[in-house]
Amino acid sequence: MSQQSLNNPSNDSISNTVQDTTVIIDTGCANLNSVRYAFERLNNDAAINTHVLVTDDLTLIKAATRVVLPGVGSAGAAMNSLQNKQLINLIKGLTQPVLGVCLGMQMMSTLSSERGGKDKDCECLGLIPTQISELDSRGAPLPHIGWNQIMPSAHPLFDGIKAGSYVYFVHSYRAPLSDYTIARCQYGETFSAAIAKDNFMGVQFHPEKSSDVGANILSNFVNMNSNTDFNAFTPLTLSNPVETNV
Amino acid sequence: MLAKRIVPCLDVKDGKVVKGVQFRNHEIVGDIVPLAARYTVEGADELVFYDITASVHDRVIDKSWVSRVAEQIDIPFCVAGGIKTLAQARQLLAYGADKISVNSPALSDPSLISRLQDEFGRQCIVIGIDSYFDKDSQSYKVKQFTGDETATKDTQWYTQDWVEEVQKRGCGEIVLNVMNQDGVRQGYDIKQLSIVRALCDVPLIASGGAGTLLHFKDVFLEAKVDAALAASVFHKAIINIQALKAYLQQQGIAIRR
Repeated sequence: MSQQSLNNPSNDSISNTVQDTTVIIDTGCANLNSVRYAFERLNNDAAINTHVLVTDDLTLIKAATRVVLPGVGSAGAAMNSLQNKQLINLIKGLTQPVLGVCLGMQMMSTLSSERGGKDKDCECLGLIPTQISELDSRGAPLPHIGWNQIMPSAHPLFDGIKAGSYVYFVHSYRAPLSDYTIARCQYGETFSAAIAKDNFMGVQFHPEKSSDVGANILSNFVNMNSNTDFNAFTPLTLSNPVETNV
Repeated sequence: MLAKRIVPCLDVKDGKVVKGVQFRNHEIVGDIVPLAARYTVEGADELVFYDITASVHDRVIDKSWVSRVAEQIDIPFCVAGGIKTLAQARQLLAYGADKISVNSPALSDPSLISRLQDEFGRQCIVIGIDSYFDKDSQSYKVKQFTGDETATKDTQWYTQDWVEEVQKRGCGEIVLNVMNQDGVRQGYDIKQLSIVRALCDVPLIASGGAGTLLHFKDVFLEAKVDAALAASVFHKAIINIQALKAYLQQQGIAIRR
């Protein structure tokens, strides 16, 4: 059941005239194709029809039904790239659903302690009030690489995703648990597998590489648009944040 | 709980998947994309493609199959073979490879590891190590250019020293391929893998020797590796990945089902 059809009865008539677009921001980093392919594969489902494009064009990003902020590499390099492309203020002003993936999620925070050779912490987009720092794996190998289990909240991004589902992680930095946590994961310490505030949400793992579970999460995202009511959900009022042994 | 990974390895030669015994006499076992898709459906956690010709013959290799794999499969995969420059690595990552693995070129020029790490981040830099037990010195040593028997040579590196060195230079994972065991399906070299595990702060992937379900159980429980790589047992359908994962789960090992 998609939320937008409840909130906007005229949605069907709109979609007949305006193409639904999922824009992946070209951050200038490598490996944007994996994210693009994952969204394109969703179109195999008859219920989904979204035009997927990778671009750094400000007008196209602004006009998108929803936006994906991908990222690989270090926070500093990626923020520099956004700066050079004059994308920072544009992203901050977006009102449609925005999904950050991995480093893209970390860039949504206020500050990252991943310095990448610089002498101070990296200032990020400040969309979600949390700070990124090194994952405390309590002696387990780092980076945290592989399939780990998530405990999702009732956020619409995790609609139908069971507690304990496996998704694919590759990272050494993380967002701590906070009021903005919408899914958690444990590797040594317990940390945020996903965070959200209003129309901005981010996942630390790679849904594009997480097989069927990842595809379901991306498909939940594609079911969101500017009519999705994020106020209906606040992480703090979660009725049932699932506690399970992971 | 982080799951232990089952990683089928597809040795690629001239655009086909091949397998040889102890790196020799390669026979074609199938096309790349259909095999990759089959393993994904069967429950593989990750795939590794080793282009075993690349390091030996100094020629430009067509890697466009990487983007075809990325289009069709929704699990992570790593590409190895002949990656000597940042430009080559960048192209493979742009095609959709999640990781790149470097073996012989890192032995020729260890600074390659740090340069790759600086450019792409350590999370996508895997170092492959072909290790063997040297009877003369009674120690584990590293071989280079194993893709071609006529080019294969011994190096000056003891395996333990090289494992420390590649971590210092910034690799994100290590694949330890034990050559005495390769292709003969007598089990992983638990002793050697345990020694390397103790030195290895990054994820460690065992390679070489898998023949039975028990071998996988032993390598996870005894050598405590993060992932187990195998080729022939999967290509020849000696072991079914689903059955393997069901078995390992019954043994109390964290497995993605």
